[in-house]
Amino acid sequence: MGTYVLRRILQMIPVIIGTTFLIYWMVFSLGDPTIGRCGERPCPQAYVDKIHAEYNLDQPLIIQYVRYLGKVLHGDFGTSFNGTTVADQLMNRWPVTFKVAIIAIIFEALIGIAAGILAGLRRRSFWDSLVFVSTLVIISIPSFVLGSVAQMVFGVKLQWFAVTATQGTWNQLLLPGLVLGSLSMAYIARLTRNSLADNLSSDFVRTARAKGLSNGRIVGIHTFRNSLIPVVTFIGADFGALMGGAIVTERIFNIPGIGGYVFQSIQTKDATAVVGTITMLVLVFLVMNLIVDLLYGALDPRIGHE
Amino acid sequence: MAKNKQIREPEGFATWTPSDGHLLDVRNLNVEFNTRDGKAKAINGASFHLDRGETLAILGESGSGKSVTAQTIMGILDSPPASVTGGEILFRGVDLLKLPEEQRRVVRGRKIAMIFQDALSALNPVFTVGWQIAEMFRVHRGCSKAEAKDMAIKLMERVNIPGAAARYGNFPHQFSGGMRQRIMIAMSIALDPEILIADEPTTALDVTVQAQIMELLKELQAETGTGLILITHDLGVVADVADRINVMYAGRIVEQAEAKELYASPAHPYSEGLLNSIPRLDQSTGQLVAIGGLPPNLTKIPEGCAFNPRCRYAQDVCRTGEVPPLVDLGGNRSSACHFVSELVAGTLQPNGLQVVTGIQPAVAEENGDQA
Repeated sequence: MGTYVLRRILQMIPVIIGTTFLIYWMVFSLGDPTIGRCGERPCPQAYVDKIHAEYNLDQPLIIQYVRYLGKVLHGDFGTSFNGTTVADQLMNRWPVTFKVAIIAIIFEALIGIAAGILAGLRRRSFWDSLVFVSTLVIISIPSFVLGSVAQMVFGVKLQWFAVTATQGTWNQLLLPGLVLGSLSMAYIARLTRNSLADNLSSDFVRTARAKGLSNGRIVGIHTFRNSLIPVVTFIGADFGALMGGAIVTERIFNIPGIGGYVFQSIQTKDATAVVGTITMLVLVFLVMNLIVDLLYGALDPRIGHE
Repeated sequence: MAKNKQIREPEGFATWTPSDGHLLDVRNLNVEFNTRDGKAKAINGASFHLDRGETLAILGESGSGKSVTAQTIMGILDSPPASVTGGEILFRGVDLLKLPEEQRRVVRGRKIAMIFQDALSALNPVFTVGWQIAEMFRVHRGCSKAEAKDMAIKLMERVNIPGAAARYGNFPHQFSGGMRQRIMIAMSIALDPEILIADEPTTALDVTVQAQIMELLKELQAETGTGLILITHDLGVVADVADRINVMYAGRIVEQAEAKELYASPAHPYSEGLLNSIPRLDQSTGQLVAIGGLPPNLTKIPEGCAFNPRCRYAQDVCRTGEVPPLVDLGGNRSSACHFVSELVAGTLQPNGLQVVTGIQPAVAEENGDQA
């Protein structure tokens, strides 16, 4: 187990180097990053020279990249074109994104699994159809529609929730979290339902019945854990994705999170910010992936991490 | 974990003695499945019985209703789609079909236990084998974890699992097929059931392991006096262990006989067909013999004797009217064939009609429809 984790962490190093190099190359090398910085007109030569010097843009790509990587290893993600450091921005914005992600995960896991169990235990019943139809509705509505409508109805009209989340407090982030989690909630409900239904008709559940166990024990102990294996891995992967921020939802609710930062940086061609943020996102995603794999091994003994 | 509340055994269990009748007496059992093509009649008035210490083999092709019979006795059929539409299953004189589910559960696992065919899928992949065996003691007897573990290890030793204590914490996928089947057997005999139903217990195993498993079952039965119902399509397995054989076809028992007698002179054309189709070492030439055609579609079982489209002796009387009843021939033997006396005497002549010998379903189907 320990060696497995170590091996996985060592494997991350080439992945991180590879992905960050790709991102760096795409952002800094495919076109001069100073183009378009100064509105309709080309930038003054003095500004172009300054930027080129600061980011070693006249050096070969490899040299540029290695120098950049060296700085990143010292915790220096560089300074945005607007003067703030990328590290500061990430430190301020990540807690907000984290809060939204936590709200979304709790919501989608609780409601999704509950709805899935309800449908899976009573297949072809009213509840099964209800879950099927309502998840279909959620899946088919684009998130900007869902977000805007929820903001209008629950925020503006009913005033149950805050309309925007400019401070990024838990209270303000409640509604955005629910909106963000709703799509995955629908998928989790369906995944749980199908997984439970599959397991309920499996041979080992028939064995459990033949052992004279009570219905509660057959479902609760002999079916549940098996059924949740795919669901837990889905939730883990989803958390990794949510930590990357949600561009649409963050914009609708005006949330100062990672998604908004990435969007804004791309719009303003803030190359340093884009590369810095995405490098961090890659790291978070890799760590979440490792955690999911470890969880998977813990839940399913057939998966060995020797 | 909540202690299982003690449910009283059904009245009549305690006062029952072997002189009151058979340990298990299945009478005129009918089971149907609702399918898209209509009602599939899986079991059509099957009757048989089992006594203490006896081994009864239920023999038949796939789809003959063997496994459904077993699952009906256990009460673990999925309903819907299945429903028991008639008959009685008397265990110690009590009709199991009339018991409320709570009391039925007392019988299940404790009094009547079952061994399934494929132990890999029949054991839960996420729990250790030890835990799965110990669960029987914890749930049914309210044993503590430690007690249950001790008893489970003893059981594993009893079914000859080497290093039982060390393997207690292993998962099913870490065992070989034969060892897994031993785990299944250990789990089923945990509470000393009076009846053990083994549904094709050796089908998933290779031949040498098959023999070991059958040997183990025989040994355990001799030790405990359990009644064993052995469900199989393998006449080779049956020959060694069964006291009596029930041959099943289209959800009905078509012949009942002592094992030796059935092998010596089958009293039903279907049994005869099954015996003839055993490959023999002393016949090295020619085609292997097979029963022509396919088992009937259970949504449209042929009129008259269900076997008539495939029977080489079938006459007009077999193709219409009543199903031939199971007639007692004396000497613990009965058959459901109109021509049983001629068949046993060896004077029955084939009807000369070509029975379809190919295995193409289309041809077999056509043949069935003409009947």
